[in-house]
Amino acid sequence: MIGFWESILLTVITAATPLLIAALGELIVEKSGVLNLGVEGMMAVGASTGFAVATLTDSSSIGVLAGIAAGMALSLIFALVTLGFAANQVAAGLALTILGLGLAGLIGAKFVGTSRIAIPPIHIPGLSDLPGIGKLVFGQSPFFYLSVVLAVGVAWFLRRTRAGLSLRSIGENHASAHALGLKVLRTRLLAILFGGACAGLAGAYLSLVYTPFWSPGMTAGRGWIALALVVFASWLPLRVFLGAYLFGAATILQMHAQAASMGLPSQALSAFPYIATIVALVLISMRRVGATPAPGSLGTAFVPPR
Amino acid sequence: MNIMVKVAGAAALALGLAGAASAQEKLKIGFIYVGPVGDHGWTYQHDQGRKAIEAAFPGKVETTFIESVPEADSERSIEQLARTGHKLIFTTSFGFMEPTLKVAAKYPNINFEHATGYKRAKNVATYSGKFHEGRYVQGVIAGKMTKTNTIGYVASFPIPEVVAGINAFMLGAQSVNPNVKVKIVWAATWFDPGKEADAAKALLDQGADIITQHTDSPAPLQQAEARGKFAFGQASDMIRFAPKGQLTAIIDDWAPYYVERARVQLEGKWQSQDVWDGFAKGKVKMAPYTNMPDDVKKLAQDTEEAIKSGKFNPFKCPVFDQSGKEVKCEGNGALSDGQILSMNYYVKGIDDKLPK
Repeated sequence: MIGFWESILLTVITAATPLLIAALGELIVEKSGVLNLGVEGMMAVGASTGFAVATLTDSSSIGVLAGIAAGMALSLIFALVTLGFAANQVAAGLALTILGLGLAGLIGAKFVGTSRIAIPPIHIPGLSDLPGIGKLVFGQSPFFYLSVVLAVGVAWFLRRTRAGLSLRSIGENHASAHALGLKVLRTRLLAILFGGACAGLAGAYLSLVYTPFWSPGMTAGRGWIALALVVFASWLPLRVFLGAYLFGAATILQMHAQAASMGLPSQALSAFPYIATIVALVLISMRRVGATPAPGSLGTAFVPPR
Repeated sequence: MNIMVKVAGAAALALGLAGAASAQEKLKIGFIYVGPVGDHGWTYQHDQGRKAIEAAFPGKVETTFIESVPEADSERSIEQLARTGHKLIFTTSFGFMEPTLKVAAKYPNINFEHATGYKRAKNVATYSGKFHEGRYVQGVIAGKMTKTNTIGYVASFPIPEVVAGINAFMLGAQSVNPNVKVKIVWAATWFDPGKEADAAKALLDQGADIITQHTDSPAPLQQAEARGKFAFGQASDMIRFAPKGQLTAIIDDWAPYYVERARVQLEGKWQSQDVWDGFAKGKVKMAPYTNMPDDVKKLAQDTEEAIKSGKFNPFKCPVFDQSGKEVKCEGNGALSDGQILSMNYYVKGIDDKLPK
């Protein structure tokens, strides 16, 4: 029985990890006052580039790095348009998704129908073989550890560092932050690049670990779910973590409920992860007084006064 | 996202510029796909059919496709093809049925072909494959191969085609193994590799040692391979994704039908019809039987041959529904095509409730 629950937990982790990574990236972007709706596109490009490069170089690590770089490159276009030309962020983000999905198909076209061995989970002799917790704590995919470090790191950065404070104040009110001498555009550029890197990484996870092949459309809306998680988590990193895992757990558990033929309608079960996540995160936000609202300058362009 | 792809040979373009082909306009044929052409499954096979048309009538036809069209929002994509001069339009998923009929009513001079549906009109023909024949063979193999007597089924949506597939699979499995059980997970998608993989993992975790799927990506097969279990490919031969795990695959071969329909359209003889072929006409084929002992292989081949020659029908009477009640036999010693195409119940032995 322990083996059964452990196995479920491992599946939940693999489903939650890409959502968590992409959502943490977007969280930083939005905290700096920029709304980038192009997560789905950047994720797709990360997935196809990651798989393509991994196949060409026969190295999954280089593939992952290429996926990150591809996500960043795409986000750089977004930065150029929204920061450089102060274009509408919603329109630019949607365009980025369309561009990204098309570009991903083009990059991956030659690699459709091929598959790779998934990047294996780490294995520490002795520790990973411990009964019960061994595999859960010491035998996960490297991406899992990275996502946890990322979640803690992002929370610590925003809460405890001076740079994090600057980023938050720029997101709250860019005019005041500018008057205080903070570098609004430079900070936002770095935030957007970080978001691109995370989306690219999440994409590479999809095509190199989760289901190790490339196919157009394989992101299947995960970028949009990541975006929604950021909002429903009230822009708080640890709540994003909670939301990603709740969504992952609900997705996997409803499948187990179906497989065990518990007689519930499968349509309702399929909707369950979405409903559960929204309800849970909304309830958490309602209960606490003074829940963090959206960053004040979110979605508005900043043009430095001359 | 909808990506419109024009496929026109450079040579044809050069001819057009020279004015040589201006006397006879090329026939434009359009395709609406539910998934990406790169799904390596359902849509990929339809696109092979489209390419076969191009190859069969060089210089005479021009084909266009729109891929990854959401079923609920397909009307405008179909209309887009109708407005841009396409005279024959194939819509290749069950959910395109109503939108196809709606657009067809507006454009009486354009002919439409809808795959896997059951509603026709003067300018709407339907066509499908008897995939359940292949599912029965898969069931026979799975019933023989399973050690846990539990088979995992990753399904998409509870439509007749899928339900008939589950039933045929179960009847095949029961024919060789009376203790066999099937566990079903509805992924509520045709194509989402991550979700399909999760469904396969859930089924494997609950004791299934063979996975079969009615969703379009190779992800469930790949999961079975990774865990050293067996599975079946979907819509096309997916052996590359699971060299040790694929037992066989149902292959949909649309090419001969598509070429034939393009030919009658070119000759001006197109008529609305309903075509439903299986093994016998080669529309449904089985990939090579691999990773199984010789006796199972022999049994699978014999079953395929019997269905192909018409000696055996997967839905031969009597068929019992879940409650044990005998289903009325409307065909010739077997359920009629109409009964199979509108199947909305599970057969006896499936321990689950059909979502409706």
